[in-house]
Amino acid sequence: MPQLTYLEAIRQGIWEEMERDASVFLLGEDIGPYGGAFKVTAGMVEKFGEERVIDTPISEAAIVGAAVGAALMGMRPVAEMQFMDFISCGFDQIVNMAAKIHYRWGAAVPIVIRGPSGAGVHGGPFHSQSNEMWFAHVPGLKVVAPSTAYDAKGLIKASIRDNNPVIFYEHKYLYRRVKEAVPDGDYVVPLGKAAVRREGSDIAVITYGAMVWTALEAAEVLERDGISLEVVDLRTLLPYDEQCVLTSVRKCSKVILLHEDTRIGGLAGELAAVIAEKAFEDLDGPIVRVTAPDTPVPFSPPLEEYFLPNVQKIADAARQLAAY
Amino acid sequence: MPTNVVMPQMGESVAEGTIIKWLKKPGDHVERDEPLFEITTDKVDAEIPSPAAGILAKILASENETVAVNTVVAIIDGQGVAEATKSVPEVAEAPAPEVELVPPAPSIPPPAMTPPAAPAAAAAAVRAGEKLRSSPLVRRIAREHNVDLSLIRGTGLGGRISKKDILKFLEGRTPAMAGIPAVKPALPQKPSPASGPTIAFTGPTQVAAMTPQRRLIAEHMIASKKTSAHVTTVFEVDMTSVVQTRERMADEFERSQGLKLTYTPFIARAAVEAIKQFPIFNSSVEETNIIYKQAINLGIAVALETGLIVPVIKNAGDKNFVEMARAVQDLAGRARSKHLNVDEVQEGTFTITNPGIFGSLFGTPIINQPQVAILGVGVIEKRPVVRDDAIAIRSMAYLMLTFDHRIIDGAVADQFMAYLKNVLEPWQEPVL
Repeated sequence: MPQLTYLEAIRQGIWEEMERDASVFLLGEDIGPYGGAFKVTAGMVEKFGEERVIDTPISEAAIVGAAVGAALMGMRPVAEMQFMDFISCGFDQIVNMAAKIHYRWGAAVPIVIRGPSGAGVHGGPFHSQSNEMWFAHVPGLKVVAPSTAYDAKGLIKASIRDNNPVIFYEHKYLYRRVKEAVPDGDYVVPLGKAAVRREGSDIAVITYGAMVWTALEAAEVLERDGISLEVVDLRTLLPYDEQCVLTSVRKCSKVILLHEDTRIGGLAGELAAVIAEKAFEDLDGPIVRVTAPDTPVPFSPPLEEYFLPNVQKIADAARQLAAY
Repeated sequence: MPTNVVMPQMGESVAEGTIIKWLKKPGDHVERDEPLFEITTDKVDAEIPSPAAGILAKILASENETVAVNTVVAIIDGQGVAEATKSVPEVAEAPAPEVELVPPAPSIPPPAMTPPAAPAAAAAAVRAGEKLRSSPLVRRIAREHNVDLSLIRGTGLGGRISKKDILKFLEGRTPAMAGIPAVKPALPQKPSPASGPTIAFTGPTQVAAMTPQRRLIAEHMIASKKTSAHVTTVFEVDMTSVVQTRERMADEFERSQGLKLTYTPFIARAAVEAIKQFPIFNSSVEETNIIYKQAINLGIAVALETGLIVPVIKNAGDKNFVEMARAVQDLAGRARSKHLNVDEVQEGTFTITNPGIFGSLFGTPIINQPQVAILGVGVIEKRPVVRDDAIAIRSMAYLMLTFDHRIIDGAVADQFMAYLKNVLEPWQEPVL
């Protein structure tokens, strides 16, 4: 199997879907000859032509609006946000149009809005946000956040084939840092299914995106202290895999909810609620959150480092929880 | 309702205590606040009063047993046996809705495994279990396996019973033993920080176990040396003025105040004034923060036959000379007669030690954690010194300050000592 980066795996997934289904097309800022800000769409316009790889004006509202319209006319558009931070300009089209059309008219809106999110690359407050929860709160959308190259390809393909609007969060820190064997050819990773990345017995760490890797690193460190972490990668945030979460919590009896997103209104709060509702009598300690603090992502590299959850913070929380 | 009697926390750094004596037998009636048992810890020996009135139902820790703080050592049944029986229906009802909510787990032992317990005792045990610190999971397992949580020693934070604890308990419980308290595991053996490398000595020896107090003093001393960067500075101070003031005022002081006039309040007053000038000496270190404390709580080390105790003069910064002298005499006296309250050995922010009373010229005291400095006073004695190019006889003493170089530099420590010297040498404060 060829070794692909996370970014190349996404490109391959889109590429295969474009080959497979003529109704799939791309639109976004500088995605044509330039190949996109991060080069996800490099080579696409040469292969599929300007009609299927469309450079748009700098207007996210126009990009999403055009995609919604095309979807209603039977197309399967994949819209790129140059940075997921800029998705706010297309907010109305997403939450009031794309998410609600099926409920109002019974019509499918099979669009994918994808782009780079997340911090760790010194991008400052406008190029580093994890804003997935803006959309995880909107019924009618699906929200996806892969952590591995294999999943990135399988999930982008599943997202393109899904008949619902999907917001697809690619973690820019992982774009070229994650490289692994990815099968050539067609496979999908189903939406709504989590994956247990590491089996453990003492504390379940529920996370997604780049933090999966941080959690795995922390698990290595803590193993030396005799604390066994189970690491669950949610992969899809809406709808999230409640069954997988509860199974791991019941197995370990203690849980850390980890994300790079800020604290208040983060997914950890929702997961804490569902665990308290459905697994209260399986808990042997408090539900613990490890998240970024409630501030914008700082520009200063030392402050950004302070802002982000890391191995140390996870290990500290895990040691405290293990001793509880 | 039964009440759990726990090993109290006798000081913020104390982790365990030893029961010396039970003053009541199971079945005895106790009043609330009536002395129930005697304990010894590194900080104080104390009589522990009963937290509630009732019958002493069960003693769970025997004499000479050392247990962790917050361990349940006894259970007092508030209403007596008759009342416990009366409340059985109430208890029997409680688990009922749970049965509907939770499908029976396959691990529930068949009823035959559990020997029939007297209804009253079982009820008391269940209700006692609910008052222990545990978790929803532990309570569920206890319910499913008919386990009396009061029989389990928790190893979690604050003695909390964790999943691990109850599973271990269940593992050790054979059907025949069900419901009978397992032999309590010994406290986890901490490697003794006081023991150095073992050196072979072949001659005859005698072995004496350390008292709990001695063991904990040893641990605290090593812990302090590992925590702080100890540096000691020594100043020579001319105490003539203090000595003369004391000699001049001693009789009148005793007559009017009923207090012996000692040197300690002089030193304490001077130390407080110096701390006010240099508040860092009234601080502590938490990770990368320096915590400045508003109140100056002055610890005064008192040597006892069995060890060392440091009673604390709270808010020493607000006390005038007479109040300081009264506090010193009161606390030192009660320290020697072992009548200190727990809170009187806690919350110190700065400590004074006085090796001079045994003739020591000066020493290098160890900081009393989490404080950052300790002031020592050497013997006050007449020495020939040079004054105005002539040799004079003066009452001199060495004062030493051990400080934590993590946050206090030598220059600051010496400024502190220079200030102190400057208060003591021309003593001006009226003692009455």
